[in-house]
Amino acid sequence: MRYGMVIDTLKCVGCTDCVVACQTENNVPLGYARDWVSEAVIGTYPELHLEIRTERCNHCDDTPCVRTCPTGASHVIEGGIVKVTPNECIGCAACIESCPYDARFVHPEGYVDKCTFCDHRVANGQDPACVSVCPTYCMHFGDLDDPNSEVSKLLSTRQSKVLAPEAGTKPQIFYLI
Amino acid sequence: MEEIITSGRNIPHIDPILDIWGLPISLYLFLGGLAAGITIFASVVTILKREQQYSTAVKIAPIITPIALAVGLFFLLIDLHHILYAWQLFTTIRLESPMSWGAWTLLVITPLSIVWVAMYLKDILPTFDFSGCCSGILKLLFVENNSDEKLNWEWKYSFLVDFEKFMLDNKRVFAWIMLVLGIVVGVYTGILLSAFNARPLWNTEILGPLFLVSGLSTGAAAIMWLSNDHNEIKMFSKIDLFLILIELFLIVHMMMGFVAGPEIKAYAAGFFLGGEFTAVFWVLFVGLGLVIPLLLETMELIGRKIPIGIVAFLILAGGLLFRIIMVDAGQVIRYLY
Repeated sequence: MRYGMVIDTLKCVGCTDCVVACQTENNVPLGYARDWVSEAVIGTYPELHLEIRTERCNHCDDTPCVRTCPTGASHVIEGGIVKVTPNECIGCAACIESCPYDARFVHPEGYVDKCTFCDHRVANGQDPACVSVCPTYCMHFGDLDDPNSEVSKLLSTRQSKVLAPEAGTKPQIFYLI
Repeated sequence: MEEIITSGRNIPHIDPILDIWGLPISLYLFLGGLAAGITIFASVVTILKREQQYSTAVKIAPIITPIALAVGLFFLLIDLHHILYAWQLFTTIRLESPMSWGAWTLLVITPLSIVWVAMYLKDILPTFDFSGCCSGILKLLFVENNSDEKLNWEWKYSFLVDFEKFMLDNKRVFAWIMLVLGIVVGVYTGILLSAFNARPLWNTEILGPLFLVSGLSTGAAAIMWLSNDHNEIKMFSKIDLFLILIELFLIVHMMMGFVAGPEIKAYAAGFFLGGEFTAVFWVLFVGLGLVIPLLLETMELIGRKIPIGIVAFLILAGGLLFRIIMVDAGQVIRYLY
């Protein structure tokens, strides 16, 4: 079992519904967000290429945030989902420094907060909130270890990339290009 | 050319530039390095049995150590966001996390550095005038003894007398322990940063040795400043000269590694070789904090009279500035994707 996400950058229109869905589902405090949308413009006029993609914690296989955590508050649960236990977190921000995706932030209550892949929804067989509301169906969630899952089939038929592979974290969110 | 706009993030508390670690961390790294430097010198002088020759390094300068560590730990503590849970640090030892074993080392070295000061307190107290406020506090632990013409301070309680005798009898063993702990703290301040592979500027093996050498240099500067003995000043001036040369070598070495490295490292080097940190790094830190003290110490060695306070101040200010720049720049320079 290895949960992962496949996001189609050719379908994403950058509506930020995923951001709002996450904030609502997870009671993210006002002014903070666990996911966001990046628009990358590549090239010089008139040869321009626009890539829109929704980003969040990559739930990496090789997790620098878990490695540098001094108390063990950052940990990996079944399916490779990276989570933080608020009562063990001292708010030292070492995990924030160790994340090449800047996916973590300090919750106003003091502990470090981040995307959980909506593990409370996944446990009931539902998709994460961001995936379930996407109006263009550009996001897909599933088991990367299962060759018959939707995400595995997309990865085997389409070209994909991950963000900052050179950081060596083996991210598990794939972008179709 | 690539331009990235992050929208859907019209979110005030999510900053496009990371600045989660600020001045408290820089100050802590500086004070930790200073404490480590002084501890290492005091231990080495004790191990080499030169306490009489270099008494400031062994007896006076170590007074700074517990103060620097306590102030540094205070800064570290106020930088925690979930401060009431700080005790969670000491429920586990995680060798993979530098912050974890660093916290444990500091827990050991801070009380031991107070013991070190207490060992020589009887020797150094008569050199100060306590007619003012402090004598009341000292009388909780000491009795004044005016028997042999000059004012002496004796421990008030017999177990303290016994403990002092035990420590002084075993001071070389103690010095070896403090030497190891001092090196761990000195290296730890650098490794704390270099463990983060997400921050290309910090993620270099040179940072551990560089912070250790810089810490030693600030330690030597503090000893020079406090000492009244001409031979001791000259000796530590010589040591410091050597340390500054190593530091310069490591800095050039680090920059060469960056320039010759992968794209992201070259990008990091660009911030120091033409980018926004160029002037502050090369003029203020390398120029005023390393090269000028280097020249002044060389002039001192060939016999010119140099006010040692200026040299020491420049080295200490340079050491602090170096850590402020590294903490700040490290968070500006990130992976591009």
